[in-house]
Amino acid sequence: MAAGWEAVIGLETHLQLRTKSKMFCGCSTAFGAPPNTQVCPVCLGLPGALPVPNGAAIRLAVRGALALGCTVHPKSIFARKNYFYPDLPKGYQISQHDQPLATNGTLSFVSPERGIVNATIVRLHVEEDAGKSIHDRFPKATAVDLNRSGVPLIEIVGGPDLRSPAEARAYLQTLKQLLEYIGISDCDMEKGSLRVDANVGGSVTQQPMLYDSRENTVRPQRSKEESHDYRYFPEPDLPPLVLTPEFVAEEQSELPELPPAKRDRFAAQYALSREHATVLTASRGVAEYYENVVRAGAEHQAAANWIMTEALADAKDHQDQLRVPAAGLAQIIALVKGGTLSHQAAKRVFAEVAAKGGDPRTIAESLGLIQVADSNVVAAWVTDVLGAHAPEVGRYKNGETKLMAFFLGQVMRASKGKADPKLAQRVLEEKLASAS
Amino acid sequence: MSDAKAVADRLVKSKRLNALLTPSKELRSALTAQAAAARPTGVLYGMPVAVKDNICTLEFTTTCGSRILEGYRSPYEATAVTKLKAAGALIAGKTNCDEFAMGSSTEHSAYGRVVHPLDKTRVPGGSSGGSAALVGAGALPAALGSETGGSVRQPASFCGVVGIKPTYGRVSRYGLVAFGSSLDQIGVLGRSVHDAARVLSVISGRDPRDATCEDRDPLRLPTVPESLQGFVIGLPREYFPTELDPAVRRACDRAVRLLRDLGAAVREVSLPHTAYAVPTYYVIAPAEASSNLARYDGVRYGPRFDGHADLRGLYRATRGQGFGAEVRRRILVGTYVLSAGFYDAYYRRAQQMRALIAQDFRNVFDRGVDLLFTPTTPSPAFKAGEKLSDPIAMYMSDIFTVTANLAGVPAISLPIGRVKGLPIGGQLIGQAFLEDEMLEAAYALERVVPATDES
Repeated sequence: MAAGWEAVIGLETHLQLRTKSKMFCGCSTAFGAPPNTQVCPVCLGLPGALPVPNGAAIRLAVRGALALGCTVHPKSIFARKNYFYPDLPKGYQISQHDQPLATNGTLSFVSPERGIVNATIVRLHVEEDAGKSIHDRFPKATAVDLNRSGVPLIEIVGGPDLRSPAEARAYLQTLKQLLEYIGISDCDMEKGSLRVDANVGGSVTQQPMLYDSRENTVRPQRSKEESHDYRYFPEPDLPPLVLTPEFVAEEQSELPELPPAKRDRFAAQYALSREHATVLTASRGVAEYYENVVRAGAEHQAAANWIMTEALADAKDHQDQLRVPAAGLAQIIALVKGGTLSHQAAKRVFAEVAAKGGDPRTIAESLGLIQVADSNVVAAWVTDVLGAHAPEVGRYKNGETKLMAFFLGQVMRASKGKADPKLAQRVLEEKLASAS
Repeated sequence: MSDAKAVADRLVKSKRLNALLTPSKELRSALTAQAAAARPTGVLYGMPVAVKDNICTLEFTTTCGSRILEGYRSPYEATAVTKLKAAGALIAGKTNCDEFAMGSSTEHSAYGRVVHPLDKTRVPGGSSGGSAALVGAGALPAALGSETGGSVRQPASFCGVVGIKPTYGRVSRYGLVAFGSSLDQIGVLGRSVHDAARVLSVISGRDPRDATCEDRDPLRLPTVPESLQGFVIGLPREYFPTELDPAVRRACDRAVRLLRDLGAAVREVSLPHTAYAVPTYYVIAPAEASSNLARYDGVRYGPRFDGHADLRGLYRATRGQGFGAEVRRRILVGTYVLSAGFYDAYYRRAQQMRALIAQDFRNVFDRGVDLLFTPTTPSPAFKAGEKLSDPIAMYMSDIFTVTANLAGVPAISLPIGRVKGLPIGGQLIGQAFLEDEMLEAAYALERVVPATDES
């Protein structure tokens, strides 16, 4: 944005709630079915069909609202948003308008420019999705797939608190992490389960802009006179949505520890750096895994290091699956600490357990990776190495002590990695000193 | 199956009324098939019940009396129809009605007007005119209708039959094609209070497919009482204006005397917001209709009309040619009252007025009144064409019936006399979900009133 201008961005985020069935009927929400196979009179908007709210969707929406610190209203009203479009089978979308499910929450995120920002969540409401118009499938014709019609969504309206695209990105990432954490949405943009519209304004011009995530463009919003009149009115087919204080309290009590709290606790309880705590709490699965590894006896920092490197790298290549059980990783860490496995050997064991499963010690033994801590055996390897490298021994004795690393490497090589490196170094030092 | 044949013969004989939309041949084969499949243990076993054409059936098309649904066959059936079939009833075809139930004369059907069973120059009332005419002609013991503002009671009154509008939420609306969703209820037209009531009892009760249907057991039928001792019946003075048709007034006076003779205490009461009911209704019902009828766009089902170059053109052609004038008028009114600049002035105020009208009823019922008695309509059946050019005059024929829809309370119309051969209906209005009390009084009055005598 040019000097003297300040962007004002507010995001409207639509998220698909993770339910088995649609918002107002029993049809499946599974992604990827052949067109128009997950439909019924209700989501096709056939004459005479009526909506019935999906309790599971309401529960997830309430959970989302509570995680965002919103006030969940004891009574909210479904409303019809009227407009004509071929993929909107009833000619209106059932949404919520002037009495939404929840209002007035906060999302704290780290702005790359301003540090911690507490963005306002203006409102959160539930609604149904429309179908999908497909313009490129048949020449000169538009096809309509109504599998998405009636899929449950929440719309989260953020206040005009963002000042740059980078902040918008950070806000979205934090929101996505939070909602995945509490398990209410997969937030998968590819499958359309997360969609974003941005209201962008320059505080000098006051021209509201609209970001279209489907076309990835920003354009000025039409002025009020031209803008669509949706003729909202209360949905007469649905009674007011009434939530008892007990229901809301129960959902509140069942909320898991949320990312910021978990991060702070990890840093304090496990004496981790803030960065490490942030990485380990980025997803609920990883955080649970870490705590299970620690609970199985692994040292805190070692567990953190192993997860942030080996475990997450492996998961990245395998659909985010943490393939080595927590107890197995704890055992591998213990084997390294006890001198039974070298770090390199341990990585091989990790990969093996990840790929095939099994007990780490048994695998290490079958691969012949158990470190040899018998000083007589190690001494024999050392003697062989020193004998084979007389010139280097000479140079070492002339003060080139950095060659110690070279000798150690040769011993490890001769032992095929099995020599206990600490023992090997001690024996090397003794032999090189005694030979002078 | 001779039963099925006899039923079909009687219906076909009434063809001149244009009350049944189902072709005779199709009707005969459907009745035969149903009779063979019907469960003999059902409480309505073998009873033919015709169904208004805005209620979805698997056996027959569901056109709502509209060109825009010409030939439309629903892939599912209404809960009320399923319940009827489960009770052994035979679905005896689809009855003609005002297009999308919008009208009070059954002259607004794309499939032609329905003729009054006793006078071919007159209308049978509407919008459930086809159902009323068939029952009035003796072709059937009962038929389903639907009400938004009086569409069962008003034609029942005109045709000399019984018409019940249950409490909102008593009968599932699933499969009733929506007009004004917050007002719509399926109702029953019957030869007698008992015929109507036993059909109502079968179709009533909870339905998980309708969130506005109350979680209650089906209505239990009362027995015919010996007297109405202990009943307090109110006469709302707003329903007996000075300009009331004298014959209607005489019939009501006689009915009130009979109610007194039966032991009921009768007293005058007031429902002060009655005058606002018709204007309130004609804001709320069209508002909901404008949204409910948005789905008829020619995209997914129903005919698609020619002459469109683009999407907007398709909508314009299909909706312009598919809907009749009265439906278009109400869609325009409804769109207007919901639009951004006018919502507060019309829709919101109408909702406030609706709450006051409902409060009028509660106030009266809270002061010890059990039921209200009123005329059903201001006059007997009018002439065909008489009110077609004057929509306001047409709307006023619902003046005594719309209030029960706005308040959600049950009401019944039953014949209480005749004038120059034309039936006159009297109305009992009950308290929400107390249909049994209302039916008790109706049973008692029906037994003593000389319904076919000149009043």
